[in-house]
Amino acid sequence: MFSEEKLRDAVSLAFPGATVSVRDTTGTSDHFELVVVADAFTGKSLIERHRMIYAVLGEAVGGAIHALSIRAQTPAESR
Amino acid sequence: MEETKSVESRIQDELKANPIVAFVKGSPQFPMCGFSKGVMDVFRHIGVPFKTIDVLEDPEVREGVKKFTNWPTIPQVFVNGEFIGGFDIVRDLFERGELEPMLKKAVTTTKE
Repeated sequence: MFSEEKLRDAVSLAFPGATVSVRDTTGTSDHFELVVVADAFTGKSLIERHRMIYAVLGEAVGGAIHALSIRAQTPAESR
Repeated sequence: MEETKSVESRIQDELKANPIVAFVKGSPQFPMCGFSKGVMDVFRHIGVPFKTIDVLEDPEVREGVKKFTNWPTIPQVFVNGEFIGGFDIVRDLFERGELEPMLKKAVTTTKE
């Protein structure tokens, strides 16, 4: 089990200044939608961006977090 | 897939034999996960042939492909042997207009 807050905090800590939004999509604390808008993604491919996020969450992905939908954008892309 | 080969070489064989490969949960007829279904729906919408490998049928492959790509989730999509990501990335590439030309090129330049 994870929480929206825990996920938001973990990602926000790893990407200072980013806009992070998290939504529990099933109400069961294990399926989340994550949107991260960060300068850190500039120049990075989509795979690289997702790997950066997976690195923050480690073993939780596939464990406590059963499903994670990710949108990783730069500020320019999010407009 | 043969049982005697290592998981990695079985995965490599599939990648060599098929220009578009998706490791998914379930099958195109009976998808067992929303993200896996999403990937297969996008391929069908674009109209390219694709090979799916059901990781639910083979726990060794399910873990093996995650080690192979160092990526923790299923589905996993490969185009011409190169790992391109999971559902979110496939969807983003499709929305950007990049996926369709990539897939169409992959299926028309198959090496025999």
